[in-house]
Amino acid sequence: MASRPKLSGLQKQVLGLYRGFLRAARSKGPEERQRIESIVSAEFHQNSKNIDRKNFLQIEYLLRRGKKQLDQLKSPDTVGLSSFTFSQQ
Amino acid sequence: MARVLLRRAAATAHPQTPSLHHLFRQLSTAAAASAAPSKPKTFSIYRWDPNNPSQPTLKDYQIDLSDCGPMVLDALIKIKNEVDPTLTFRRSCREGICGSCAMNIDGANGLACLTKIQSGSSNTTVSPLPHMYVIKDLVVDMTNFYSQYKSIEPWLKRKSKIEGGKEVLQSKKDRLKLDGMYECILCACCSTSCPSYWWNPESYLGPAALLHAHRLRCNRGVQMMRFSPQVKQWIADSRDEYTKERLEAINDEFKLYRCHTILNCARACPKGLNPGQQIQKIKTLQITK
Repeated sequence: MASRPKLSGLQKQVLGLYRGFLRAARSKGPEERQRIESIVSAEFHQNSKNIDRKNFLQIEYLLRRGKKQLDQLKSPDTVGLSSFTFSQQ
Repeated sequence: MARVLLRRAAATAHPQTPSLHHLFRQLSTAAAASAAPSKPKTFSIYRWDPNNPSQPTLKDYQIDLSDCGPMVLDALIKIKNEVDPTLTFRRSCREGICGSCAMNIDGANGLACLTKIQSGSSNTTVSPLPHMYVIKDLVVDMTNFYSQYKSIEPWLKRKSKIEGGKEVLQSKKDRLKLDGMYECILCACCSTSCPSYWWNPESYLGPAALLHAHRLRCNRGVQMMRFSPQVKQWIADSRDEYTKERLEAINDEFKLYRCHTILNCARACPKGLNPGQQIQKIKTLQITK
């Protein structure tokens, strides 16, 4: 079995949050689920590229924001997730 | 508006003497003339933008006090309007009743709308509430504070039906017991000034939530007064149950007993309340229950 890189606490929290989103998506309709998964994974991938891994302040801020959004998504009243992008110039 | 009405009244009373009208004009020009010398004042304001990954900084803004309202909130609004539109802060009522503009001004927590600008000192520092997570600039994350407030169940809980009607009446004397508690606007100035709350923000409920816990206990005592003796007896029993439940719910080394009567809360409260004293009353009840 290939040895995995040892993860820091912060990395574990980020992965845990991602997992939480995927699990929350499972409780929604099949179409919505796919959409949620694509939006969430795009956001996580983009942030993992753009944010310096030593920028704890920023990462912790995003974690808190993500937790709040996850709590909202978990509620059965929330049926879906949508996002919009705007070009920053 | 008042000025317009007055002018009209003057015009109808003495159509041929324009004295009042003139007086107003003179007054307004005199005010404008006296406001001419500028009073510069520097505000150092905490800035942090989540979209721009960098360390938070204190940014200086200089404004002219002679052309600005007396309160810190007026200065902030002036800065946002005229100098830097990206400055972010919460505000709503600008008269100390909504509790939105709670922030740390010159090291003391308070509402920006009720804190006067110190004209003597050259520099005023404005930062977000201490030991709270910052969302942007002066806006802090109040999630934990609100969830603690929610945890004390801040509503009337009744086991019995209300006799005849929707309202639960209370006597004036019972109402007076709520003075010093109902005024709380949940601005979080007290909780964020409390060193105990700084070290245990998750487990210690904080002055604001405990004040409300005590208020509800009093409300409980208040409800039964107008019922007939038998009903009163019955409600009194259920009331006792509730009081015990509530007291039991917060009878915790952390939730309640992290209060070491530091009384920063009483000093910080912009409404002049004393949460520390109310917490002390809860502690007494815990012993005597």
